Amino acid sequence: MIGVELVKLVRRPRTWISLTLTCALPFVVAVFIAVTHLAPPPGQGSAFLYAVLANGALYPAAALALVLPVFLPVTTAVVAGDAIAGEAATGTLRYLLARPVGRTRLLLAKLISVTTYVVLVVVAVTVTAYATGVLLLGPSHAAAVGQSPADAGLAPTAGVAPGGAVTSLSGTPLSLLQLAERTAGAIAFIAVSMLGVAAIALFLSTVTSSALGATLGALAALVASEILVTLNAAAVIQPYLPTRYWLAWIDFFRDPIFWRNIDRGLGIQAVYVVVLLGAAWANFSTKDITA
Amino acid sequence: MITTRALSKRYGAIAAVRSVDLDVREGDRYGLLGPNGSGKTTLVRMLLGLVYATSGEIEVMGRRMPRHAREVLPQVGALIEEPAAYPHLSARANLALFDAAGPRRSAGRRGRSRRIDDALEQVGLAGVGRRPVKTYSLGMRQRLGLAAALIRRPRLLILDEPGNGLDPRGIRDLRELIIGLNSSGVTVFLSSHLLGEVEQLCTTVGVLDAGRLVLQDELAALRAPTGQILLDTPDADQVCAMLNGQVEQRDGQRLLIRHADPAGLNARLVGAGLRVHAIGPHRRTLEEVVLAVTGTGSDHIGGRS
Repeated sequence: MIGVELVKLVRRPRTWISLTLTCALPFVVAVFIAVTHLAPPPGQGSAFLYAVLANGALYPAAALALVLPVFLPVTTAVVAGDAIAGEAATGTLRYLLARPVGRTRLLLAKLISVTTYVVLVVVAVTVTAYATGVLLLGPSHAAAVGQSPADAGLAPTAGVAPGGAVTSLSGTPLSLLQLAERTAGAIAFIAVSMLGVAAIALFLSTVTSSALGATLGALAALVASEILVTLNAAAVIQPYLPTRYWLAWIDFFRDPIFWRNIDRGLGIQAVYVVVLLGAAWANFSTKDITA
Repeated sequence: MITTRALSKRYGAIAAVRSVDLDVREGDRYGLLGPNGSGKTTLVRMLLGLVYATSGEIEVMGRRMPRHAREVLPQVGALIEEPAAYPHLSARANLALFDAAGPRRSAGRRGRSRRIDDALEQVGLAGVGRRPVKTYSLGMRQRLGLAAALIRRPRLLILDEPGNGLDPRGIRDLRELIIGLNSSGVTVFLSSHLLGEVEQLCTTVGVLDAGRLVLQDELAALRAPTGQILLDTPDADQVCAMLNGQVEQRDGQRLLIRHADPAGLNARLVGAGLRVHAIGPHRRTLEEVVLAVTGTGSDHIGGRS
Protein backbone atom coordinates (compact mmCIF):
# COMPACT_ATOMS: atom_id res chain seq x y z
CA MET A 1 0.00 0.00 0.00
CA ILE A 2 2.92 2.32 0.70
CA GLY A 3 4.09 1.82 -2.88
CA VAL A 4 0.59 2.57 -4.17
CA GLU A 5 0.47 5.83 -2.23
CA LEU A 6 3.90 6.89 -3.46
CA VAL A 7 2.90 6.17 -7.05
CA LYS A 8 -0.22 8.28 -6.55
CA LEU A 9 1.92 11.09 -5.10
CA VAL A 10 4.45 11.00 -7.93
CA ARG A 11 1.88 10.73 -10.72
CA ARG A 12 -0.28 13.55 -9.43
CA PRO A 13 0.34 16.82 -11.31
CA ARG A 14 -0.42 18.80 -8.15
CA THR A 15 2.72 17.46 -6.47
CA TRP A 16 5.00 18.91 -9.10
CA ILE A 17 3.10 22.14 -9.61
CA SER A 18 3.15 23.00 -5.90
CA LEU A 19 6.80 21.98 -5.69
CA THR A 20 7.69 24.23 -8.61
CA LEU A 21 5.76 27.19 -7.23
CA THR A 22 7.33 26.81 -3.80
CA CYS A 23 10.81 26.80 -5.34
CA ALA A 24 9.91 29.70 -7.62
CA LEU A 25 9.37 32.25 -4.85
CA PRO A 26 12.98 32.21 -3.56
CA PHE A 27 14.17 32.21 -7.18
CA VAL A 28 12.18 35.35 -7.99
CA VAL A 29 13.44 37.05 -4.80
CA ALA A 30 17.03 36.13 -5.72
CA VAL A 31 16.64 37.57 -9.21
CA PHE A 32 15.38 40.87 -7.83
CA ILE A 33 18.18 41.10 -5.28
CA ALA A 34 20.84 40.14 -7.83
CA VAL A 35 19.62 42.74 -10.31
CA THR A 36 19.04 45.63 -7.91
CA HIS A 37 21.57 44.77 -5.17
CA LEU A 38 18.91 45.99 -2.80
CA ALA A 39 18.60 43.62 0.14
CA PRO A 40 16.61 44.49 3.25
CA PRO A 41 18.68 46.39 5.82
CA PRO A 42 19.88 44.46 8.89
CA GLY A 43 17.07 43.62 11.27
CA GLN A 44 14.36 44.00 8.68
CA GLY A 45 12.74 41.65 6.21
CA SER A 46 13.09 37.92 6.03
CA ALA A 47 15.90 36.22 7.99
CA PHE A 48 19.35 35.99 6.33
CA LEU A 49 18.23 38.03 3.33
CA TYR A 50 20.69 40.83 3.91
CA ALA A 51 23.66 38.51 4.15
CA VAL A 52 23.02 36.74 0.85
CA LEU A 53 24.35 39.66 -1.17
CA ALA A 54 27.69 39.02 0.43
CA ASN A 55 27.58 35.24 0.16
CA GLY A 56 25.26 33.25 -2.10
CA ALA A 57 25.98 30.05 -0.16
CA LEU A 58 23.72 31.37 2.58
CA TYR A 59 20.80 31.63 0.20
CA PRO A 60 19.30 28.21 1.12
CA ALA A 61 18.80 29.47 4.69
CA ALA A 62 17.24 32.68 3.38
CA ALA A 63 15.01 30.69 1.02
CA LEU A 64 13.75 28.47 3.84
CA ALA A 65 12.93 31.58 5.85
CA LEU A 66 10.97 32.91 2.84
CA VAL A 67 8.80 29.82 2.30
CA LEU A 68 8.34 28.82 5.94
CA PRO A 69 5.60 31.26 7.00
CA VAL A 70 3.07 30.57 4.25
CA PHE A 71 4.14 28.39 1.31
CA LEU A 72 5.29 25.32 3.24
CA PRO A 73 2.35 25.18 5.66
CA VAL A 74 -0.14 25.73 2.83
CA THR A 75 1.25 23.03 0.52
CA THR A 76 1.63 20.63 3.45
CA ALA A 77 -1.93 21.27 4.64
CA VAL A 78 -3.28 20.83 1.10
CA VAL A 79 -1.60 17.46 0.61
CA ALA A 80 -2.31 16.15 4.12
CA GLY A 81 -5.86 17.53 4.27
CA ASP A 82 -6.63 15.80 0.98
CA ALA A 83 -5.15 12.47 2.09
CA ILE A 84 -8.30 10.76 3.39
CA ALA A 85 -11.03 13.35 2.75
CA GLY A 86 -10.05 13.67 -0.92
CA GLU A 87 -10.33 9.91 -1.44
CA ALA A 88 -13.68 9.96 0.38
CA ALA A 89 -14.97 12.74 -1.85
CA THR A 90 -13.95 11.03 -5.11
CA GLY A 91 -15.28 7.71 -3.84
CA THR A 92 -11.97 5.87 -4.18
CA LEU A 93 -11.72 5.47 -0.40
CA ARG A 94 -14.47 2.83 -0.28
CA TYR A 95 -12.88 0.89 -3.13
CA LEU A 96 -9.46 0.91 -1.47
CA LEU A 97 -10.95 -0.30 1.82
CA ALA A 98 -12.93 -3.03 0.02
CA ARG A 99 -9.80 -4.43 -1.65
CA PRO A 100 -9.23 -4.71 1.38
CA VAL A 101 -6.67 -2.23 2.61
CA GLY A 102 -6.61 -2.18 6.42
CA ARG A 103 -7.56 1.21 7.78
CA THR A 104 -4.48 1.50 9.98
CA ARG A 105 -2.37 0.53 7.02
CA LEU A 106 -3.98 3.12 4.78
CA LEU A 107 -3.43 5.84 7.36
CA LEU A 108 0.20 4.79 7.75
CA ALA A 109 0.72 4.81 3.99
CA LYS A 110 -0.82 8.27 3.80
CA LEU A 111 1.47 9.48 6.58
CA ILE A 112 4.53 8.16 4.76
CA SER A 113 3.37 9.71 1.51
CA VAL A 114 2.81 13.10 3.16
CA THR A 115 6.18 12.90 4.93
CA THR A 116 7.86 12.10 1.64
CA TYR A 117 6.21 15.12 0.08
CA VAL A 118 7.26 17.45 2.91
CA VAL A 119 10.88 16.29 2.80
CA LEU A 120 10.84 16.53 -1.00
CA VAL A 121 9.66 20.14 -0.92
CA VAL A 122 12.07 21.28 1.79
CA VAL A 123 15.03 19.60 0.11
CA ALA A 124 14.00 20.94 -3.31
CA VAL A 125 13.78 24.49 -1.95
CA THR A 126 17.23 24.12 -0.38
CA VAL A 127 18.88 22.65 -3.46
CA THR A 128 17.37 25.11 -5.93
CA ALA A 129 18.14 27.99 -3.57
CA TYR A 130 21.76 26.90 -3.29
CA ALA A 131 22.08 26.78 -7.06
CA THR A 132 20.30 30.11 -7.43
CA GLY A 133 22.37 31.72 -4.70
CA VAL A 134 25.72 30.60 -6.04
CA LEU A 135 24.86 31.40 -9.65
CA LEU A 136 23.09 34.72 -9.18
CA LEU A 137 24.59 36.11 -6.01
CA GLY A 138 28.01 34.48 -6.13
CA PRO A 139 30.04 32.86 -3.36
CA SER A 140 32.84 35.44 -3.55
CA HIS A 141 32.34 37.56 -0.48
CA ALA A 142 32.31 36.36 3.08
CA ALA A 143 29.30 37.09 5.17
CA ALA A 144 28.43 37.43 8.78
CA VAL A 145 24.83 36.83 9.54
CA GLY A 146 24.34 39.17 12.39
CA GLN A 147 25.68 39.47 15.86
CA SER A 148 22.58 39.91 17.96
CA PRO A 149 21.84 36.87 20.15
CA ALA A 150 18.28 37.71 19.08
CA ASP A 151 15.26 36.14 20.61
CA ALA A 152 14.49 33.12 18.45
CA GLY A 153 11.11 34.60 17.67
CA LEU A 154 12.66 37.55 15.85
CA ALA A 155 14.39 37.60 12.53
CA PRO A 156 18.10 37.97 13.17
CA THR A 157 19.93 41.03 11.99
CA ALA A 158 22.74 40.58 9.56
CA GLY A 159 26.03 42.20 8.80
CA VAL A 160 29.02 41.66 6.56
CA ALA A 161 32.20 40.48 8.24
CA PRO A 162 35.54 41.62 6.83
CA GLY A 163 36.93 38.66 4.90
CA GLY A 164 37.13 34.97 5.89
CA ALA A 165 34.56 32.17 5.69
CA VAL A 166 30.84 32.36 6.40
CA THR A 167 30.27 33.74 9.83
CA SER A 168 27.71 32.42 12.26
CA LEU A 169 25.04 34.56 13.87
CA SER A 170 27.32 34.60 16.90
CA GLY A 171 30.21 36.09 14.94
CA THR A 172 32.53 33.13 14.78
CA PRO A 173 33.49 31.70 11.37
CA LEU A 174 31.83 28.59 9.96
CA SER A 175 33.53 26.28 7.48
CA LEU A 176 31.53 25.23 4.42
CA LEU A 177 31.19 21.73 5.92
CA GLN A 178 29.75 23.22 9.10
CA LEU A 179 27.39 25.31 7.02
CA ALA A 180 26.23 22.20 5.19
CA GLU A 181 25.68 20.34 8.47
CA ARG A 182 23.73 23.18 9.94
CA THR A 183 21.62 23.60 6.82
CA ALA A 184 20.83 19.87 7.03
CA GLY A 185 19.82 20.37 10.66
CA ALA A 186 17.58 23.25 9.67
CA ILE A 187 15.98 21.15 6.90
CA ALA A 188 15.27 18.36 9.37
CA PHE A 189 13.83 20.76 11.95
CA ILE A 190 11.57 22.46 9.40
CA ALA A 191 10.44 19.09 8.05
CA VAL A 192 9.47 18.04 11.59
CA SER A 193 7.60 21.33 12.09
CA MET A 194 5.69 20.64 8.87
CA LEU A 195 4.87 17.13 10.10
CA GLY A 196 3.09 18.84 12.96
CA VAL A 197 1.01 20.73 10.38
CA ALA A 198 0.47 17.50 8.44
CA ALA A 199 -0.76 15.74 11.60
CA ILE A 200 -3.39 18.44 12.21
CA ALA A 201 -4.56 18.29 8.59
CA LEU A 202 -4.51 14.48 8.47
CA PHE A 203 -6.61 14.25 11.62
CA LEU A 204 -9.17 16.71 10.21
CA SER A 205 -9.04 14.74 6.95
CA THR A 206 -10.42 11.68 8.78
CA VAL A 207 -13.18 13.77 10.37
CA THR A 208 -14.66 15.42 7.28
CA SER A 209 -15.10 14.27 3.70
CA SER A 210 -14.25 17.75 2.45
CA ALA A 211 -10.55 18.06 1.66
CA LEU A 212 -10.93 21.83 1.57
CA GLY A 213 -12.40 21.83 5.06
CA ALA A 214 -9.52 19.77 6.44
CA THR A 215 -6.89 21.96 4.77
CA LEU A 216 -8.43 25.25 5.83
CA GLY A 217 -9.06 23.89 9.33
CA ALA A 218 -5.38 23.11 9.74
CA LEU A 219 -4.39 26.54 8.40
CA ALA A 220 -6.89 28.21 10.74
CA ALA A 221 -5.25 26.39 13.65
CA LEU A 222 -1.85 27.74 12.55
CA VAL A 223 -3.14 31.30 12.17
CA ALA A 224 -4.71 31.10 15.62
CA SER A 225 -1.41 29.86 17.02
CA GLU A 226 0.51 32.69 15.33
CA ILE A 227 -1.86 35.27 16.81
CA LEU A 228 -1.56 33.82 20.31
CA VAL A 229 2.24 33.62 20.04
CA THR A 230 2.42 37.41 19.74
CA LEU A 231 -0.11 38.06 22.51
CA ASN A 232 1.49 38.75 25.87
CA ALA A 233 -1.74 37.90 27.69
CA ALA A 234 -1.50 34.36 26.32
CA ALA A 235 2.02 33.80 27.65
CA VAL A 236 0.84 30.86 29.79
CA ILE A 237 -0.02 28.68 26.82
CA GLN A 238 2.63 29.93 24.41
CA PRO A 239 5.15 27.14 25.04
CA TYR A 240 2.53 24.62 23.84
CA LEU A 241 1.49 26.35 20.62
CA PRO A 242 2.45 24.54 17.40
CA THR A 243 4.14 27.56 15.81
CA ARG A 244 5.93 28.83 18.96
CA TYR A 245 9.32 27.30 18.07
CA TRP A 246 8.97 27.32 14.27
CA LEU A 247 11.84 29.80 13.91
CA ALA A 248 14.18 27.90 16.23
CA TRP A 249 15.92 26.42 13.16
CA ILE A 250 17.76 29.76 12.93
CA ASP A 251 19.61 28.68 16.09
CA PHE A 252 21.43 26.07 13.99
CA PHE A 253 23.36 29.02 12.54
CA ARG A 254 24.70 30.18 15.91
CA ASP A 255 28.02 29.00 17.22
CA PRO A 256 27.80 26.88 19.26
CA ILE A 257 24.34 25.72 18.16
CA PHE A 258 21.75 27.04 20.61
CA TRP A 259 19.90 23.80 21.33
CA ARG A 260 17.32 24.83 23.91
CA ASN A 261 14.58 26.06 21.58
CA ILE A 262 15.42 23.48 18.93
CA ASP A 263 14.85 20.72 21.49
CA ARG A 264 11.64 22.31 22.71
CA GLY A 265 10.41 22.72 19.14
CA LEU A 266 11.09 19.08 18.31
CA GLY A 267 9.44 17.99 21.56
CA ILE A 268 6.25 19.98 21.00
CA GLN A 269 5.95 18.78 17.38
CA ALA A 270 6.44 15.18 18.53
CA VAL A 271 3.57 15.60 20.99
CA TYR A 272 1.30 17.08 18.31
CA VAL A 273 2.17 14.33 15.83
CA VAL A 274 1.62 11.49 18.32
CA VAL A 275 -1.60 12.85 19.82
CA LEU A 276 -3.21 13.89 16.52
CA LEU A 277 -2.23 10.74 14.65
CA GLY A 278 -3.57 8.72 17.57
CA ALA A 279 -6.83 10.64 17.34
CA ALA A 280 -6.88 10.20 13.54
CA TRP A 281 -6.37 6.46 13.95
CA ALA A 282 -9.01 6.11 16.66
CA ASN A 283 -11.52 8.02 14.56
CA PHE A 284 -10.76 6.45 11.20
CA SER A 285 -10.54 2.83 12.32
CA THR A 286 -13.99 2.87 13.91
CA LYS A 287 -15.75 5.10 11.42
CA ASP A 288 -18.59 4.09 9.12
CA ILE A 289 -17.53 4.81 5.56
CA THR A 290 -20.68 6.24 4.04
CA ALA A 291 -19.02 8.49 1.46
CA MET B 1 -22.16 -17.53 0.21
CA ILE B 2 -23.62 -14.61 2.15
CA THR B 3 -25.56 -15.16 5.34
CA THR B 4 -26.67 -12.53 7.80
CA ARG B 5 -28.49 -13.10 11.07
CA ALA B 6 -30.56 -10.37 12.71
CA LEU B 7 -28.31 -7.80 11.05
CA SER B 8 -29.18 -4.28 12.16
CA LYS B 9 -27.74 -0.83 11.72
CA ARG B 10 -28.82 2.33 13.47
CA TYR B 11 -27.59 5.83 12.68
CA GLY B 12 -28.53 7.61 15.88
CA ALA B 13 -32.30 7.48 16.07
CA ILE B 14 -32.74 6.19 12.53
CA ALA B 15 -32.85 2.44 11.96
CA ALA B 16 -31.38 1.97 8.46
CA VAL B 17 -31.37 -1.84 8.49
CA ARG B 18 -33.56 -3.87 10.86
CA SER B 19 -32.93 -7.49 11.71
CA VAL B 20 -32.15 -8.73 8.22
CA ASP B 21 -31.62 -12.48 7.61
CA LEU B 22 -30.08 -12.57 4.17
CA ASP B 23 -29.37 -15.92 2.53
CA VAL B 24 -27.42 -15.91 -0.74
CA ARG B 25 -26.42 -19.39 -1.89
CA GLU B 26 -23.42 -20.31 -4.00
CA GLY B 27 -24.21 -19.95 -7.70
CA ASP B 28 -27.14 -17.59 -7.14
CA ARG B 29 -27.90 -14.50 -9.12
CA TYR B 30 -29.46 -12.67 -6.23
CA GLY B 31 -31.28 -9.40 -6.75
CA LEU B 32 -31.90 -7.14 -3.78
CA LEU B 33 -34.77 -4.80 -4.53
CA GLY B 34 -36.17 -1.93 -2.58
CA PRO B 35 -37.21 1.68 -2.92
CA ASN B 36 -34.67 4.46 -2.51
CA GLY B 37 -33.70 4.79 1.13
CA SER B 38 -34.80 1.27 2.03
CA GLY B 39 -31.34 0.35 3.33
CA LYS B 40 -29.84 -1.44 0.30
CA THR B 41 -26.63 0.55 0.25
CA THR B 42 -26.13 0.35 4.02
CA LEU B 43 -26.61 -3.43 3.82
CA VAL B 44 -24.10 -3.74 0.96
CA ARG B 45 -21.57 -1.61 2.85
CA MET B 46 -21.91 -3.79 5.93
CA LEU B 47 -21.20 -6.90 3.84
CA LEU B 48 -17.95 -5.26 2.68
CA GLY B 49 -16.85 -4.06 6.12
CA LEU B 50 -17.23 -0.37 5.27
CA VAL B 51 -20.06 0.24 7.72
CA TYR B 52 -20.06 -1.52 11.07
CA ALA B 53 -23.25 -3.30 12.13
CA THR B 54 -24.98 -2.20 15.33
CA SER B 55 -25.96 -5.81 16.03
CA GLY B 56 -26.28 -9.14 14.26
CA GLU B 57 -23.87 -11.35 12.35
CA ILE B 58 -22.48 -11.49 8.84
CA GLU B 59 -20.83 -14.47 7.17
CA VAL B 60 -19.35 -14.23 3.69
CA MET B 61 -17.95 -17.45 2.18
CA GLY B 62 -18.31 -19.07 5.57
CA ARG B 63 -16.14 -16.52 7.40
CA ARG B 64 -17.28 -13.88 9.82
CA MET B 65 -17.16 -10.31 8.54
CA PRO B 66 -15.69 -7.81 9.09
CA ARG B 67 -13.25 -9.78 11.29
CA HIS B 68 -11.92 -11.90 8.41
CA ALA B 69 -11.97 -9.15 5.78
CA ARG B 70 -8.35 -9.85 4.85
CA GLU B 71 -9.18 -13.41 3.77
CA VAL B 72 -12.66 -12.82 2.39
CA LEU B 73 -12.53 -9.55 0.44
CA PRO B 74 -9.73 -10.48 -1.98
CA GLN B 75 -12.19 -13.03 -3.41
CA VAL B 76 -14.97 -10.46 -3.72
CA GLY B 77 -15.39 -7.94 -6.51
CA ALA B 78 -17.49 -4.94 -5.62
CA LEU B 79 -19.19 -1.99 -7.23
CA ILE B 80 -20.44 0.32 -4.49
CA GLU B 81 -22.87 2.98 -5.71
CA GLU B 82 -21.03 5.06 -8.29
CA PRO B 83 -17.72 3.84 -9.70
CA ALA B 84 -14.65 5.84 -8.66
CA ALA B 85 -11.23 6.34 -10.20
CA TYR B 86 -8.31 8.74 -10.20
CA PRO B 87 -9.31 11.05 -13.06
CA HIS B 88 -5.83 12.12 -14.22
CA LEU B 89 -4.69 8.49 -14.65
CA SER B 90 -5.60 6.08 -17.43
CA ALA B 91 -7.96 3.17 -16.92
CA ARG B 92 -4.99 0.79 -16.96
CA ALA B 93 -3.10 2.81 -14.35
CA ASN B 94 -6.20 2.94 -12.17
CA LEU B 95 -6.71 -0.81 -12.39
CA ALA B 96 -3.03 -1.42 -11.63
CA LEU B 97 -3.26 0.76 -8.52
CA PHE B 98 -6.44 -0.92 -7.28
CA ASP B 99 -4.93 -4.33 -7.96
CA ALA B 100 -1.75 -3.45 -6.06
CA ALA B 101 -3.74 -2.19 -3.06
CA GLY B 102 -4.65 -4.82 -0.53
CA PRO B 103 -3.03 -7.93 0.95
CA ARG B 104 0.02 -8.79 -1.12
CA ARG B 105 -0.50 -12.50 -1.54
CA SER B 106 -4.01 -12.00 -2.92
CA ALA B 107 -2.89 -10.50 -6.20
CA GLY B 108 0.77 -10.03 -6.89
CA ARG B 109 2.47 -8.27 -9.72
CA ARG B 110 2.72 -11.40 -11.84
CA GLY B 111 0.00 -11.60 -14.40
CA ARG B 112 -1.34 -8.19 -13.48
CA SER B 113 -1.00 -6.78 -16.97
CA ARG B 114 -2.76 -9.84 -18.35
CA ARG B 115 -5.58 -9.59 -15.83
CA ILE B 116 -6.00 -5.88 -16.65
CA ASP B 117 -6.26 -6.76 -20.35
CA ASP B 118 -8.85 -9.42 -19.59
CA ALA B 119 -10.94 -7.17 -17.37
CA LEU B 120 -10.95 -4.32 -19.90
CA GLU B 121 -11.86 -6.78 -22.64
CA GLN B 122 -14.71 -8.21 -20.56
CA VAL B 123 -16.34 -4.82 -20.04
CA GLY B 124 -15.69 -3.57 -23.57
CA LEU B 125 -13.07 -0.92 -22.81
CA ALA B 126 -10.09 -2.66 -24.43
CA GLY B 127 -9.61 0.09 -27.02
CA VAL B 128 -9.54 3.04 -24.63
CA GLY B 129 -7.58 1.64 -21.69
CA ARG B 130 -4.78 4.17 -22.05
CA ARG B 131 -6.95 7.27 -22.07
CA PRO B 132 -7.20 9.32 -18.86
CA VAL B 133 -10.40 8.54 -17.00
CA LYS B 134 -11.39 12.21 -16.93
CA THR B 135 -12.19 11.91 -20.66
CA TYR B 136 -14.62 9.01 -20.04
CA SER B 137 -18.38 9.20 -20.35
CA LEU B 138 -20.66 8.13 -17.50
CA GLY B 139 -21.23 4.73 -19.09
CA MET B 140 -17.49 4.18 -19.63
CA ARG B 141 -16.82 4.98 -15.99
CA GLN B 142 -19.46 2.44 -14.99
CA ARG B 143 -17.74 -0.15 -17.19
CA LEU B 144 -14.40 0.72 -15.63
CA GLY B 145 -15.94 0.24 -12.17
CA LEU B 146 -17.02 -3.23 -13.29
CA ALA B 147 -13.53 -3.95 -14.61
CA ALA B 148 -12.09 -3.01 -11.22
CA ALA B 149 -14.51 -5.45 -9.60
CA LEU B 150 -13.47 -8.22 -11.99
CA ILE B 151 -9.73 -7.77 -12.01
CA ARG B 152 -8.98 -10.33 -9.30
CA ARG B 153 -11.29 -12.91 -10.84
CA PRO B 154 -13.58 -12.97 -7.81
CA ARG B 155 -15.80 -15.84 -6.63
CA LEU B 156 -18.43 -13.39 -5.49
CA LEU B 157 -19.57 -10.16 -7.12
CA ILE B 158 -21.36 -7.57 -5.01
CA LEU B 159 -22.83 -4.93 -7.30
CA ASP B 160 -24.74 -1.96 -5.95
CA GLU B 161 -26.91 -0.45 -8.72
CA PRO B 162 -24.72 -1.80 -11.55
CA GLY B 163 -26.96 -0.48 -14.33
CA ASN B 164 -26.61 3.20 -13.37
CA GLY B 165 -25.45 5.40 -16.21
CA LEU B 166 -25.57 2.64 -18.83
CA ASP B 167 -27.50 3.05 -22.07
CA PRO B 168 -29.79 0.23 -23.30
CA ARG B 169 -26.93 -1.47 -25.09
CA GLY B 170 -24.75 -1.12 -22.00
CA ILE B 171 -27.46 -2.71 -19.88
CA ARG B 172 -27.71 -5.64 -22.29
CA ASP B 173 -23.90 -6.05 -22.29
CA LEU B 174 -23.97 -6.00 -18.49
CA ARG B 175 -26.68 -8.63 -18.35
CA GLU B 176 -24.78 -10.91 -20.73
CA LEU B 177 -21.56 -10.38 -18.79
CA ILE B 178 -23.21 -11.21 -15.46
CA ILE B 179 -24.94 -14.30 -16.82
CA GLY B 180 -21.68 -15.45 -18.43
CA LEU B 181 -19.68 -14.99 -15.21
CA ASN B 182 -22.42 -16.69 -13.22
CA SER B 183 -22.41 -19.73 -15.50
CA SER B 184 -18.65 -20.01 -14.95
CA GLY B 185 -19.27 -20.25 -11.21
CA VAL B 186 -19.32 -16.68 -9.91
CA THR B 187 -22.06 -15.92 -7.40
CA VAL B 188 -23.67 -12.54 -8.07
CA PHE B 189 -25.38 -10.37 -5.49
CA LEU B 190 -26.76 -7.15 -6.90
CA SER B 191 -28.96 -4.42 -5.58
CA SER B 192 -31.23 -2.35 -7.74
CA HIS B 193 -34.40 -0.36 -7.75
CA LEU B 194 -35.05 -1.34 -11.35
CA LEU B 195 -37.52 -4.22 -11.26
CA GLY B 196 -37.18 -5.04 -14.93
CA GLU B 197 -33.42 -5.40 -14.64
CA VAL B 198 -33.72 -7.81 -11.73
CA GLU B 199 -36.57 -9.75 -13.31
CA GLN B 200 -34.52 -10.45 -16.44
CA LEU B 201 -31.31 -11.21 -14.62
CA CYS B 202 -31.82 -12.80 -11.24
CA THR B 203 -32.73 -16.24 -9.99
CA THR B 204 -33.43 -15.18 -6.42
CA VAL B 205 -35.00 -11.98 -5.18
CA GLY B 206 -34.96 -10.22 -1.85
CA VAL B 207 -37.03 -7.15 -1.14
CA LEU B 208 -36.01 -4.57 1.40
CA ASP B 209 -38.54 -2.09 2.72
CA ALA B 210 -37.79 0.51 5.39
CA GLY B 211 -34.79 -1.56 6.48
CA ARG B 212 -36.63 -4.88 6.75
CA LEU B 213 -36.25 -7.85 4.41
CA VAL B 214 -39.94 -8.32 3.66
CA LEU B 215 -39.50 -10.98 1.00
CA GLN B 216 -36.83 -13.47 -0.03
CA ASP B 217 -37.56 -16.23 -2.49
CA GLU B 218 -36.67 -17.72 -5.84
CA LEU B 219 -38.00 -15.73 -8.76
CA ALA B 220 -39.62 -18.83 -10.25
CA ALA B 221 -41.61 -19.40 -7.05
CA LEU B 222 -42.68 -15.76 -6.85
CA ARG B 223 -43.86 -15.89 -10.40
CA ALA B 224 -45.62 -19.26 -10.11
CA PRO B 225 -49.13 -19.40 -11.65
CA THR B 226 -51.70 -17.75 -9.42
CA GLY B 227 -54.47 -20.26 -10.18
CA GLN B 228 -56.09 -17.79 -12.56
CA ILE B 229 -56.23 -17.68 -16.32
CA LEU B 230 -55.67 -14.69 -18.54
CA LEU B 231 -57.88 -14.76 -21.61
CA ASP B 232 -57.95 -12.44 -24.62
CA THR B 233 -61.08 -12.89 -26.68
CA PRO B 234 -63.24 -10.84 -29.08
CA ASP B 235 -66.26 -12.66 -27.66
CA ALA B 236 -65.82 -11.40 -24.11
CA ASP B 237 -69.52 -10.87 -23.47
CA GLN B 238 -70.42 -14.43 -24.35
CA VAL B 239 -67.52 -15.78 -22.27
CA CYS B 240 -68.69 -13.77 -19.27
CA ALA B 241 -72.18 -15.15 -19.68
CA MET B 242 -70.91 -18.69 -20.03
CA LEU B 243 -68.49 -18.58 -17.08
CA ASN B 244 -70.79 -16.61 -14.82
CA GLY B 245 -69.11 -15.97 -11.46
CA GLN B 246 -65.68 -17.23 -12.47
CA VAL B 247 -64.64 -14.01 -14.22
CA GLU B 248 -62.85 -11.92 -11.66
CA GLN B 249 -61.80 -8.93 -13.76
CA ARG B 250 -62.63 -7.56 -17.16
CA ASP B 251 -60.70 -5.01 -19.14
CA GLY B 252 -62.23 -4.74 -22.63
CA GLN B 253 -61.34 -8.00 -24.39
CA ARG B 254 -59.09 -9.21 -21.57
CA LEU B 255 -60.55 -11.35 -18.83
CA LEU B 256 -59.07 -12.74 -15.63
CA ILE B 257 -60.76 -16.03 -14.84
CA ARG B 258 -60.57 -18.17 -11.69
CA HIS B 259 -59.71 -21.54 -13.21
CA ALA B 260 -56.78 -23.98 -12.91
CA ASP B 261 -56.56 -25.52 -16.40
CA PRO B 262 -55.98 -23.18 -19.36
CA ALA B 263 -55.92 -25.96 -21.99
CA GLY B 264 -59.18 -27.44 -20.75
CA LEU B 265 -60.87 -24.03 -20.66
CA ASN B 266 -59.62 -23.30 -24.17
CA ALA B 267 -61.13 -26.55 -25.50
CA ARG B 268 -64.42 -25.72 -23.79
CA LEU B 269 -64.58 -22.20 -25.26
CA VAL B 270 -63.69 -23.32 -28.76
CA GLY B 271 -66.19 -26.17 -28.46
CA ALA B 272 -68.85 -23.56 -27.68
CA GLY B 273 -67.91 -21.64 -30.85
CA LEU B 274 -66.16 -18.78 -29.01
CA ARG B 275 -63.00 -17.28 -30.51
CA VAL B 276 -59.77 -17.04 -28.53
CA HIS B 277 -56.83 -14.73 -29.28
CA ALA B 278 -54.66 -15.81 -26.39
CA ILE B 279 -55.01 -17.85 -23.26
CA GLY B 280 -52.58 -18.85 -20.53
CA PRO B 281 -51.97 -19.12 -16.82
CA HIS B 282 -51.82 -15.78 -15.04
CA ARG B 283 -48.52 -14.90 -13.33
CA ARG B 284 -47.97 -11.82 -11.28
CA THR B 285 -45.23 -9.53 -12.53
CA LEU B 286 -42.35 -8.89 -10.21
CA GLU B 287 -43.65 -5.36 -9.93
CA GLU B 288 -46.94 -6.58 -8.52
CA VAL B 289 -45.12 -8.90 -6.11
CA VAL B 290 -42.86 -6.11 -4.87
CA LEU B 291 -45.50 -3.41 -4.62
CA ALA B 292 -47.69 -5.77 -2.63
CA VAL B 293 -45.06 -6.10 0.10
CA THR B 294 -43.53 -2.61 0.19
CA GLY B 295 -44.72 0.76 1.40
CA THR B 296 -43.87 4.00 -0.29
CA GLY B 297 -40.22 4.93 -0.80
CA SER B 298 -38.53 7.19 1.69
CA ASP B 299 -38.27 9.98 -0.87
CA HIS B 300 -42.06 9.99 -1.14
CA ILE B 301 -42.75 12.88 1.21
CA GLY B 302 -46.00 12.75 3.09
CA GLY B 303 -46.29 8.98 2.96
CA ARG B 304 -46.20 6.86 6.06
CA SER B 305 -43.13 7.39 8.18
